[in-house]
Amino acid sequence: MKKVFKMEDLDCAHCAAKMEEKIKKIDGVINADINFLAEKLVLEAEDEVFDAVLCEVIKVCKSVEPDCNVIVC
Amino acid sequence: MSSKQKKKLSRIVVSAIFLVAAVLAQRYCSYKLLSSVFYLTAYFITGYDVIIKAVWGVRHRHFLDENFLMSIASVGAVCLGEFFEGVAVMLFYHVGELFQAVAVSKSRKSIAALMDIRPEIAHVKRNGTVFTVSPREVAVNEEIEVNPGEKIPLDGIVINGESTVDASALTGESVPNEVKSGDTVLSGCVNLGGVIIVKVTKPFEQSTVAKILELTQSTRAAKSKKERLITSFARWYTPTVVICAVLLALVPQLFIAEARVEWIRRALIFLVISCPCAMVVSVPLTFFCGMGCASSKGIMVKGSAYLEALAKCDTVVFDKTGTLTKGEFTITEINAVKFDRRVLTAVAAAAESHSSHPIAKALVAASGDDYKRFKVTNVKEFPGKGVLSTVEKWDVAVGNAAFMQTLGIDVADDDQSTVVHIVIDGNYSGSITVSDQIKQEAYGIARKLKNLDVENTVMLSGDKEQKARTVAQELDIDKVYAQLLPNDKVEVLQTLINGSEGTVAFVGDGINDAPVLALSHVGIAMGVMGSDAAVEAADMVITDDNPKKLCTALKIAKKACDIAKQNIAMAVSVKILFLLLGSFGATGMAGAVFADVGILVVAVLNAMRAMKLNDA
Repeated sequence: MKKVFKMEDLDCAHCAAKMEEKIKKIDGVINADINFLAEKLVLEAEDEVFDAVLCEVIKVCKSVEPDCNVIVC
Repeated sequence: MSSKQKKKLSRIVVSAIFLVAAVLAQRYCSYKLLSSVFYLTAYFITGYDVIIKAVWGVRHRHFLDENFLMSIASVGAVCLGEFFEGVAVMLFYHVGELFQAVAVSKSRKSIAALMDIRPEIAHVKRNGTVFTVSPREVAVNEEIEVNPGEKIPLDGIVINGESTVDASALTGESVPNEVKSGDTVLSGCVNLGGVIIVKVTKPFEQSTVAKILELTQSTRAAKSKKERLITSFARWYTPTVVICAVLLALVPQLFIAEARVEWIRRALIFLVISCPCAMVVSVPLTFFCGMGCASSKGIMVKGSAYLEALAKCDTVVFDKTGTLTKGEFTITEINAVKFDRRVLTAVAAAAESHSSHPIAKALVAASGDDYKRFKVTNVKEFPGKGVLSTVEKWDVAVGNAAFMQTLGIDVADDDQSTVVHIVIDGNYSGSITVSDQIKQEAYGIARKLKNLDVENTVMLSGDKEQKARTVAQELDIDKVYAQLLPNDKVEVLQTLINGSEGTVAFVGDGINDAPVLALSHVGIAMGVMGSDAAVEAADMVITDDNPKKLCTALKIAKKACDIAKQNIAMAVSVKILFLLLGSFGATGMAGAVFADVGILVVAVLNAMRAMKLNDA
């Protein structure tokens, strides 16, 4: 399943790159792409574990950039 | 500037004031403690959140977090007694971060403004009263009133009033069009002159504005090679520089008899230059601004990878009908055998009425309402050939000469024109000749493309050889492949891709073009005439169907790529230069961080140049 999320308050391009790298390593993630300037996260993960993966993704994002919020479009 | 950014700016200013005060106190005041207090105040005002984030980072095991590295560098400086350097590092680091944040939000806002074509309201006339509602609430055939200065909220036909209309939000063309009763107007345009009453032809969800907005939302995960290069570079750059810093602090002091403190100082300089921010933000920003510029000219680009691919294009393949020609066939000749001409046209139109082929549309248009009187069943369409159907009680076959041959009927083939033959109940009943016109904007494209490094121009067509050649010759296109069935187009494109050094772009709009659009390195669809399938498969969409926009897109793409290359070269060379200077003691920490922030500022400003295009 592929879903698009809005990344709120994503100020640092380097942080976005780090987040993307970490998200790709999460179990169950097929692909992830963060477009820093468009403030969008495209997440592709296996259907059955999508919600669990999303929780993990949010944790990872907060650990890199605590001010940034992931919002469902 | 947002309030968050304003707060940061005030902290920077206050900190800078304390820094200046500290320098003055150091010089003129014998009370040593005073300058130290000023320095530390300046440091904490600007540095407290960096240190907090550094601790947070360490807790989450991010040791190469720039907050951590900056903190070590500045704390290290303070420990070595270099108060000015310590504060300078924090201060300039913040200036850099703030500048980056402001530039990014400014770019995001101006590009969002370019795409802000969404109309908020519509004035709809119901039972003699005008209601102001959301455009979504207006139904087809209702009448809306558009005042001067307002955005036209829905697609429709003018039924009253005369005005001029600005379509620049859709097409990037700033020359206004005159409209009067009977003219079609599109949503998203701005009404300039006088009040017009428009009869709505499409609901909001299917309006031009809605379609374009959907395009702007459909950003694909397609990053350019340069962006991916920078991301991989950044990944190993920081750890490498940090390791070098550690080595620099520990190793040379074993061999060279200089003070240990000096080597630690130089190692701290390395830490200051260890953040690849200038590159990581400026390259994507360049492409983002380039894509924004393209949007303002009516070219929707779905990902930075496509802009980059277009810049390296050396072959452009055009579909003929609908791209280089208007795609609206008109009937030029009717030869009826036994039947009345009008009836023949109506029967042919009825048989073709379910098809979306341009020829079918021409027949339907010429027949007016006549064809609707016939009952049509058992429709079977043969792409590239014709249609079989039952019209009332007749078995009707409508198609080209090749189609006729498969039915066992010999017809004289015409090289020059597009002829549709009609067979009713097995008897040849006549032919209708249709012709298409070359778009005015298509002239001169080939030459312009050659000036933009496109060595090969190719045209593909399902039409006859001679017809296609005539068009190609008129437009100076190098190669022609004619009489292609939809599957052939894919094969031809693959051959062209295999044979070219640069990338291959394909410009087309038909339903059958979707596979070719997907296969090419850059697939470009016509926005208005283009089928939904083509627009969906394409990587770029030209919203006003003007093929000349391709040249504009190429210019924007090349400019963006050049700027990106400049930024990469500048950022990498300045960083390496200062790493060398730092290791030889030729620069202090303040100099290094100033240069680092300086190159960030230059790279970001350079990136924003991609938003403008000097159109020749």
